[in-house]
Amino acid sequence: MTDLAVRRRRRALTPGQWIGRAFVAVVLLAFAAFFILPIIWLLLAPTKTNSELLLSGPFAFGSFEQLAANWNELFAFGSGVFAVWLGNSAFYSFTALAITLIVSVPAGYALALIEFKGRRILLVTTLIVMLIPNTALVLPIFLELSAARLIGSPLAVILPFSFFPFGVYLTYIYFSTAVSRDLLNAARIDGAGEFRVFAQVAMPLATPVIALVGFFSFVANWNNYFLPFLVVGGQKIPVQVGLANLLSNVPAFNPTTASSIVIQLPTLALATLLSVAPILLIFLFAQRFLVEGMTAGGTKE
Amino acid sequence: MSAGQSRFGYVFVSGYTLLLVAFGLLPTLYALFLSFTRNGVFVGFDNFVRVFNDYRFLPAVGHVALYVVFWLISLIVLVVVLAIVVHGIRVRWLGDTARFLFYIPGAIAGASSVLLWLFVLDPSVSPVSALLRAMGYESLVNVVAVGNLPVVFTVIAFWAGAGGWIVIMYGALNNISADIMEAARIDGAGALQVAWHIQLPMLTKWISYMGIMSLAAGTQLFVEPKVLAQATKNVVPEDYSLNQLAYLYAFRQGDFSGSAAISVMLLVVALGLSTIFIFRGKLFERD
Repeated sequence: MTDLAVRRRRRALTPGQWIGRAFVAVVLLAFAAFFILPIIWLLLAPTKTNSELLLSGPFAFGSFEQLAANWNELFAFGSGVFAVWLGNSAFYSFTALAITLIVSVPAGYALALIEFKGRRILLVTTLIVMLIPNTALVLPIFLELSAARLIGSPLAVILPFSFFPFGVYLTYIYFSTAVSRDLLNAARIDGAGEFRVFAQVAMPLATPVIALVGFFSFVANWNNYFLPFLVVGGQKIPVQVGLANLLSNVPAFNPTTASSIVIQLPTLALATLLSVAPILLIFLFAQRFLVEGMTAGGTKE
Repeated sequence: MSAGQSRFGYVFVSGYTLLLVAFGLLPTLYALFLSFTRNGVFVGFDNFVRVFNDYRFLPAVGHVALYVVFWLISLIVLVVVLAIVVHGIRVRWLGDTARFLFYIPGAIAGASSVLLWLFVLDPSVSPVSALLRAMGYESLVNVVAVGNLPVVFTVIAFWAGAGGWIVIMYGALNNISADIMEAARIDGAGALQVAWHIQLPMLTKWISYMGIMSLAAGTQLFVEPKVLAQATKNVVPEDYSLNQLAYLYAFRQGDFSGSAAISVMLLVVALGLSTIFIFRGKLFERD
């Protein structure tokens, strides 16, 4: 078929093609609405009063004054316990992130570029553990930690959070494809020791994978509910666990609530929004980088 | 390889290996130990038998199985269709926007996503309350009736998780060479034929990966029923899923052996799936 004929065929759509296109458009719009409308609703709900939330249109904007009022109510609740929860989440996630990077990057590097006995078995174990859902180990870890009498300590959250085989896998893949052994050997011949080869040749090349591992580790830890729910309590809980606890103070969901301090629905919506705000912001700003990273090498949600 | 180099290899992997032992290997072994003993005495399969005969156990298995079936079917069908549809968009910004919109709910997971869906499913505040009312639901308790839960959990999990998989499938579709696609089109193949005969076969290994990962994750159901139980004062039962039951054994009954027995069963399923996948699948063959 000539070029011209192809073009003509494209211009004159058959009825079948029209139906196909209309179908595609409807599917895309419907799913776009499904994915995005709950988030838009969540952004607007904290600007309303309780009765506005019940009575006005779901996508109407309330007022900034009401947003401030809800904000104050949320942070006044339990003498500011919500801020404590956010602080805990940040502390746990960042500390674990630092440990994860410190142990995973050298490990991925060694697995990819250094020959040593036991390397193969370490690699296979890493793959197996990486592919099991992280919730599968939560109860066993809880049982272990309670035998070790670590329950209630921040370490009971931070240390398991720091164990991130997916991060080792990502750095392993990165180093084995992006850094050649020849380059390292050249540095060795020039007299550089192993630590210098790692620190001055490999590390400067590793920035993209460090960012990727950091992102996945931070998101997984910030959003983790199950493990901290089991291993810490009281003032030490992160915001995910605290958020679920707020529910028992919401009269709309819990008509029998005995507590005298109640949380109104818009305030609960604000709490939900703030609990995911850091992750949502990272997603918005790192969007292109992440989509490319996931498309190229990332293989786990 | 020199002895010196391999010594450094050990130094570099030491920190990670320590964590792998402490939070991968040891908990598994300890859970195994607990599940076969009672107060330190070996009791064979007693704990497993006791848990199995618990009147709550088989219903929990049924709940989880039903949810996993719903979840896997909708995930596989819709993710593949959406990835192919988005991949077919010729206008670049439109395709990028669609992928972004599908992906962004992935930021909201854990208790936060369940809370958000509590609002969406409560007809009094929901952005789609008209739809819920048209389906005959007047209150949150109606919507999250036990019979509806597999669908409710599927919707929540799909909302938060599908986007990531769509992005991954989209990447896999990009690997199909443009020549093949163009040749098929010149031969007169329509979009449906291209999807069925060329794109779908290229996606099968990713589909099996997604299926196995999601199957393993689905059996672990915990936070969704837990938070819904909290919100509805146990209209959603607190022993709905297997992990919830294991939690109750440990925290309500102080029965760590029973709890470990359930965890071990779930862990065996997860480990089995991931091991089969690594040794049979071709996805991780780089070494």
